[in-house]
Amino acid sequence: MKVGIVSYGGYVPTYRITPKEIGNVWGVDGDVISKGLRIFGKSVPSPDEDVITISVEAARNMIKRCEVDPQDVEAIYVGSESHPYAVKPTATIVAEAIGAVPNLTAADYEFACKAGTAAIQTCMGLVASKMIKYGIAIGSDTSQGAPGDALEYSASAGGASFLIGRENVIATINKTLSYTTDTPDFWRREGQMYPSHGGRFTGEPAYFKHVINCGRELLDAVGKTPEDYDHMVLHQPNGKFPVRAAKKLGFNDEQIKTGLLTPFIGNTYSGAVLLGLANILDIAKPGENIFVVGYGSGAGSDGFDITVTENIKKMDRGPNFSIQSMVDNKKFLDYATYAKYRGKIKLREV
Amino acid sequence: MAIPRFWRETPSRYNLIGTKCKNCDTIYFPPRLICPKCHRKSIGKLEPIKLKGEGEVITYTVIHDGPKQFEMQIPYIMAIIELDEGVRLTAQIVECESNEIKIGMRVKSTFRKLGEDGKAGVIHYGYKFIKA
Repeated sequence: MKVGIVSYGGYVPTYRITPKEIGNVWGVDGDVISKGLRIFGKSVPSPDEDVITISVEAARNMIKRCEVDPQDVEAIYVGSESHPYAVKPTATIVAEAIGAVPNLTAADYEFACKAGTAAIQTCMGLVASKMIKYGIAIGSDTSQGAPGDALEYSASAGGASFLIGRENVIATINKTLSYTTDTPDFWRREGQMYPSHGGRFTGEPAYFKHVINCGRELLDAVGKTPEDYDHMVLHQPNGKFPVRAAKKLGFNDEQIKTGLLTPFIGNTYSGAVLLGLANILDIAKPGENIFVVGYGSGAGSDGFDITVTENIKKMDRGPNFSIQSMVDNKKFLDYATYAKYRGKIKLREV
Repeated sequence: MAIPRFWRETPSRYNLIGTKCKNCDTIYFPPRLICPKCHRKSIGKLEPIKLKGEGEVITYTVIHDGPKQFEMQIPYIMAIIELDEGVRLTAQIVECESNEIKIGMRVKSTFRKLGEDGKAGVIHYGYKFIKA
């Protein structure tokens, strides 16, 4: 049973802050950090934006450019590590806001940065088994880095939503597979405001091991080589890791460039690989092949082999919906305003 | 705010659901049960209508001394907006500086956090507007 992407939509907040501005506050040369991470700016949510508002905006952008009745959506899964509620699903509010209630199943997922790709896999299973007609998978985050921590230079906000179905797909998902181990590279304990990480341990034994092994197993499983793909996107905690991992897998700069958004908007965590994929679909042509590997700390990778169909020509991929227009629409903040917007300043209790 | 009160308004706050009188075609937002023009003739004839969320600024004010929940956002803009369907509503305009706002400016709705009942309470969501 073939399943695929029927529609997709993304959302990136308007505000940005540069590593230089952050570094100025902490006595660090932000330009060096910027060069080291290959991040030139990161997105910052407004004080009235969170994972729920970002997920709703992404899902509405997805629904607006397809002819699917939201009442035919029978499952919504939202992957994030910054759900506003510890108990009360983001997915219920998204379902209400797009008009999909009440006849659907809904739940929130958490697997660090790969909860959104896990949601796609769940929807694929439900759609392929004909338990549901359409399912929505969302990856969205307003990630936090402790003030002064290395993560503060990259942790950003954004999300993307994918409608998974069997009919009128704009891209077929030919294969998915995962690679999962118990690797404590990054975590956040219950009640803690900021995550903790293992520094350099987040590299070789964590990100690279999982992304590369998942990627190689996916290539073997579908019998393709990197040359068979027109585009590829990997999870992108910074601007350098995905480029190094892609080169190790045998991909070139041309295949990487469209899906790599972290240099311009930072690491949107659960949104990162999905926004990269959405940016690729914004320019992809029928028949093109896309290679996708997400990564979530803890740790695991989900891989997808995707082929674009003729239906993509019917989609509105203009500036009202394109990811690039959201990346380009930006207003820069100073650190004080950023700290205020992100709740890093302690105020009187209301 | 009492939980049921906001919950009852969810369709209007999330999706700009108003009502249309099938007797005289007048659209109302927030929704009404009775059309004030048609009175008893409108009983049972008001049907829900989803507004597109696009319109223009009729007038506005810039709030410099807002309530405590909004102190992170001052100065912020509150506006009366006339939607293309002809109804007017009051809403916050976000991501727009106070020197950018103009009467007649085109705006469109966006989904934002409206407030919360303290750190442990319910979070309220609904429409605000941004430049179109």
